[in-house]
Amino acid sequence: MLSNDPHVGSPRSRVDGPAKVTGRASYAAEFKATGLTHGYILSSAIPRGRIRAFDLAAALAVPGVLQIFTHENRPQTAWFASSYRDQVAPPGKPLRPLYDAEIQHSDQPIALVVASTFEAARDAASLIGVTYERAPHETDLERARHDSYEPPKKRSGIAPPPDPKGDATAAFGGAPIKVSAEYSLATEHHNPMELHGTTVVWESGGKITVHDKTQGTLNTQGYVTSVFGLSSDDVRVVSPFVGGGFGSALRPHHQLFLAVMASLVLERSVRVEMTRTQMFSHVHRPQTINTVAISADPDGHILSLQHNAVAATSRYEDYQENVVNWSGMLYHSEATQLGYELAKLDIPTPGDMRAPGAPTGLFALESAMDELAHATGIDPIELRLRNYTERDENDDKPLTSKELRACYAEGAARFGWSRRKMTPRSMRAGKELVGWGMASGVWEAMMMKSSARATLGRDGRLEIACAASDIGTGTYTILSQIGADALGLELDAVTVKLGDSSLPMAPIQGGSWTAASSGSAVTLTCRSLCETLLKHAKAVEGSPLTEAAIEDVAFNGGMIRLRREPDRAVSITDALAAAGLDQIEAEETASPGLIAPMRRASYTHSAVFAEVHVDEQLDIVRVTRVVSAIAAGRILNPKTARSQIIGGVVWGIGMALHEETMTDHRFGRFMNSNLGEYHVPVNADIDGIEVIFVEEHDDKVNPIGVKGLGEIGVVGTAAAIANAIHHATGKRIRSLPITVDKLLAA
Amino acid sequence: MTLRTLAPDDKIGITISLNGRPVQVEVDTATTLLDLLRNHLALTGTKKGCDHGQCGACTVLIDGERMNSCLKLAVMMDGREITTIEGLAEGDELHPMQRAFIERDAFQCGYCTPGQICSAVALVEEGHAHSREQIRELMSGNICRCGAYPNIVDAIEDVMAERRGQFREAAE
Ligand code: FES
Ligand code: FES
Repeated sequence: MLSNDPHVGSPRSRVDGPAKVTGRASYAAEFKATGLTHGYILSSAIPRGRIRAFDLAAALAVPGVLQIFTHENRPQTAWFASSYRDQVAPPGKPLRPLYDAEIQHSDQPIALVVASTFEAARDAASLIGVTYERAPHETDLERARHDSYEPPKKRSGIAPPPDPKGDATAAFGGAPIKVSAEYSLATEHHNPMELHGTTVVWESGGKITVHDKTQGTLNTQGYVTSVFGLSSDDVRVVSPFVGGGFGSALRPHHQLFLAVMASLVLERSVRVEMTRTQMFSHVHRPQTINTVAISADPDGHILSLQHNAVAATSRYEDYQENVVNWSGMLYHSEATQLGYELAKLDIPTPGDMRAPGAPTGLFALESAMDELAHATGIDPIELRLRNYTERDENDDKPLTSKELRACYAEGAARFGWSRRKMTPRSMRAGKELVGWGMASGVWEAMMMKSSARATLGRDGRLEIACAASDIGTGTYTILSQIGADALGLELDAVTVKLGDSSLPMAPIQGGSWTAASSGSAVTLTCRSLCETLLKHAKAVEGSPLTEAAIEDVAFNGGMIRLRREPDRAVSITDALAAAGLDQIEAEETASPGLIAPMRRASYTHSAVFAEVHVDEQLDIVRVTRVVSAIAAGRILNPKTARSQIIGGVVWGIGMALHEETMTDHRFGRFMNSNLGEYHVPVNADIDGIEVIFVEEHDDKVNPIGVKGLGEIGVVGTAAAIANAIHHATGKRIRSLPITVDKLLAA
Repeated sequence: MTLRTLAPDDKIGITISLNGRPVQVEVDTATTLLDLLRNHLALTGTKKGCDHGQCGACTVLIDGERMNSCLKLAVMMDGREITTIEGLAEGDELHPMQRAFIERDAFQCGYCTPGQICSAVALVEEGHAHSREQIRELMSGNICRCGAYPNIVDAIEDVMAERRGQFREAAE
């Protein structure tokens, strides 16, 4: 009777599935409001300079146009750039939309037309005349890299490269085997399927409800109150569903600013949604150039490791991510030197994009390791095992757990790695060359402070509430599972409310930390709810539980039972009825331990194996198989977990073969800012992805032993594919994406 | 055919069959079917991902065929039969494709999902896909940035197998 299957750890369908497959789930630009008006953004046609004049006459004459906002007539907003900084802002001065005549990047928002219909706003925006005063611009990283610099102010949460260890240059100079090369990654854009949009609902009394595409309702709320001088009582942010984030919705974007501004001035509800092209006018993964040099003895033991990167950022902010530090974590080396610099371009500020920095840096490191394997004639897995480390060598800390060996072993077995022939171009299938490559992956396992509230009704229904977002990661589902198990309920007796700034505090949904953070908060909250429940159950007349401590009882099937004698029990309904209560409530906060992270580091790991087929004449590459073996602690829901890793692998395939935002440097503008020309993988590109979760027990990382899954799937995938392409063709392509032209030219 | 000159804010009346019900609306000639559904008729299940016919998020069924509703002007829909994601379920009874999508976890964020499901329903009807590879090819007009592709193919295969089973039963 005590043995009903736990929900946690079992595959469960998404609890928000029915809402999503019927179209009932509402995203930011879909909320209704009476008298809703529509805003359309006009974007700058030049990358740098000033606006000399607007000609608004024709646009204003379009029937239905209510107002056109520009820097000349915008209302007063916060004066200091610092008021525009949000929770995740890097050092610098954030772009203040419509602030003045200055243009800092192409497609910068320069005007907002508000009209009674979307069609009128769009039409009017096309009729606005703008005279610009151009200034010289630079968008080419190849040129700007010569003026690179170490960011003077570090971004909070991003560790700068560690101090050098040993003398890597000298060790490299005297080493018998060396590899050294430059590896680069093109600019990439997140392109979630949902466009960035905001619906501001003008409520009575001047309050606003903001439906924003955001990975953090509290971050949006903080930004709006700070910029517009409002109190948090006047601004509620409600975003229950987010149509993909991948980091693009961590920071507030200009459509939020514009919609709120227009709503406050017009005292009406306003919706502003970007176009797909405008989705290329803000955050993106920065173009990055890596230089890696590794030396080894003939047995493949690393003697020195150097990894330096130069990444693009905007003129106005120093965006930073961890590109090179991974190289000090994966392998043992006595002499290590890591460096990370930025170069300024006239572009919007880059930002966090799925596993920010990790696939960028690991493409370089893991390609170089493959080159080393080739140079020493050692099998790529064997080479990695010979250099395996059990510590984070950057900070010389032990780890809470690391089952990467198991990832190598189980992944290799599933993939059939032992049948791989060492020599490139030695495997074929018909007219196609076949290549097998592998790479390792690593990502941080983090936990942030989060709160949750749980309410249990007399009817045995549990409601869990938390401000966290579910951007498609499955948060609704895993929190339901945790709550259901804690109180021994069926999954459908639990309702989870998320994405609302009025609910208990949660961090932005990023960094793969939501399961660990909000999951821990729900665990603690339910524990305290159980204690209250037991207290009431004891007070029931004739209660068999009077002497029972919390460890002596089990919550199961709507009952509180004695573990030793499960037939002796009190029902939830009776316990609350006896106390004269309709419901009981608990709210708790889970915080990361203060001491533990200082002593130990925590990471998720992966081993990725890829098979490619390459047409020998045309050099067209297809990824035919990927095995991704993941060590990420406890897996709460194998079904949604597998989907998350598959999604990450699909991203890795896109990074390896397709994704590239191209710039025409003469005009300082992106050329392919649409989904027809910015290629993301489609269904025909994807097949044969297998996911393995290796057993990893970790009781130190956080109270529930999970490490997070949002990022690790993408991390090593592009490198594994690049290595497979080398194995198939003998061609080493060191710049992503690996397109046909690069292969033909090699 | 009589030609008529329109003033900028002139509207034209059309009648469509929408999810089985007749709907009469006055539309601006610049309004797409997608915006008609989302902005004017409050049917937001059909999604806007690009507005340029490049992503498939806006897929609906027009006279049973899958189409990108962002590429159709509403005014040209007069007399057509349109089914959106909101019209697939019979009351509380989900369409088999909707059930299969949930069962196979064929989505994450859910934003491409209505388009994928409409597209998949039509794909099965078209009867051209006989293998996984053909399903993948014929579903490639619908982008899923969450990368749910393998699960989408699994869901479609399930529904096809279910249908084959039903045909066999009916034939026996
Ligand atoms: S919105 Fe119609 S194809 Fe993208
Ligand atoms: S489920 Fe998110 S885009 Fe497909």
